[in-house]
Amino acid sequence: MAASLDQLVNKVITVVTNDGRNIVGNLRGYDQTTNLILDDCHERVFSTTAGVQQEVLGLYIIRGDNIAIIGELDQDVDSQADLSVVRAEPLKPVTH
Amino acid sequence: TGHEEASRALGGAGMATFQFNSFFKTLIGKEIAVELKNDVALTGTLHSVDQYLNIKLTDVQVVDADRFPQLAAMKNCFIRGSVIRYVQIPAAEVDTELLQDAARQQTKDAPSSNATTTAAPATASA
Repeated sequence: MAASLDQLVNKVITVVTNDGRNIVGNLRGYDQTTNLILDDCHERVFSTTAGVQQEVLGLYIIRGDNIAIIGELDQDVDSQADLSVVRAEPLKPVTH
Repeated sequence: TGHEEASRALGGAGMATFQFNSFFKTLIGKEIAVELKNDVALTGTLHSVDQYLNIKLTDVQVVDADRFPQLAAMKNCFIRGSVIRYVQIPAAEVDTELLQDAARQQTKDAPSSNATTTAAPATASA
């Protein structure tokens, strides 16, 4: 896989899933179907009526079928954001 | 050169099928826009592409970023091929004539698989 996830291993990443969820965690492993092992992860629930809710999940395997985007989280930018004041529409689910 | 690689991607003079993988590889380093099936659009520099047409972008900017604070802290990203709807590339980066010729050639070589049958127009007189 030339477009490799190798550089992201042991980094904090943000995953957007096909159902529009946003999960942040430490990438520990992956395979060719982009199944992921995410450590110390939490889901960030965005809403238009309340600040961002963070739900702690722990150690997760996310199946590759279900993944849209894997982003490297810039921790400097992320730490500056006050998530309690962020209001946003949740991401739309993927429709094929 | 980019053009030689593009020619190879386009199958040259033979009957080889168009390789999107090879075509995208010629665009590595260029700015592209990717629209996803969840309607998110991202622009960035094409870093790499693979056999599944997964795309890695660097220096990503989210189009309409105010709507998507979820992606605000994202600098580089890996986009799964299965979720891509469109890839927009600058016309200047592509030899559109070469592409059109290859498409024409491919249609000629495999007419049965590419032909669209159109029903005879129905004429109705009131």
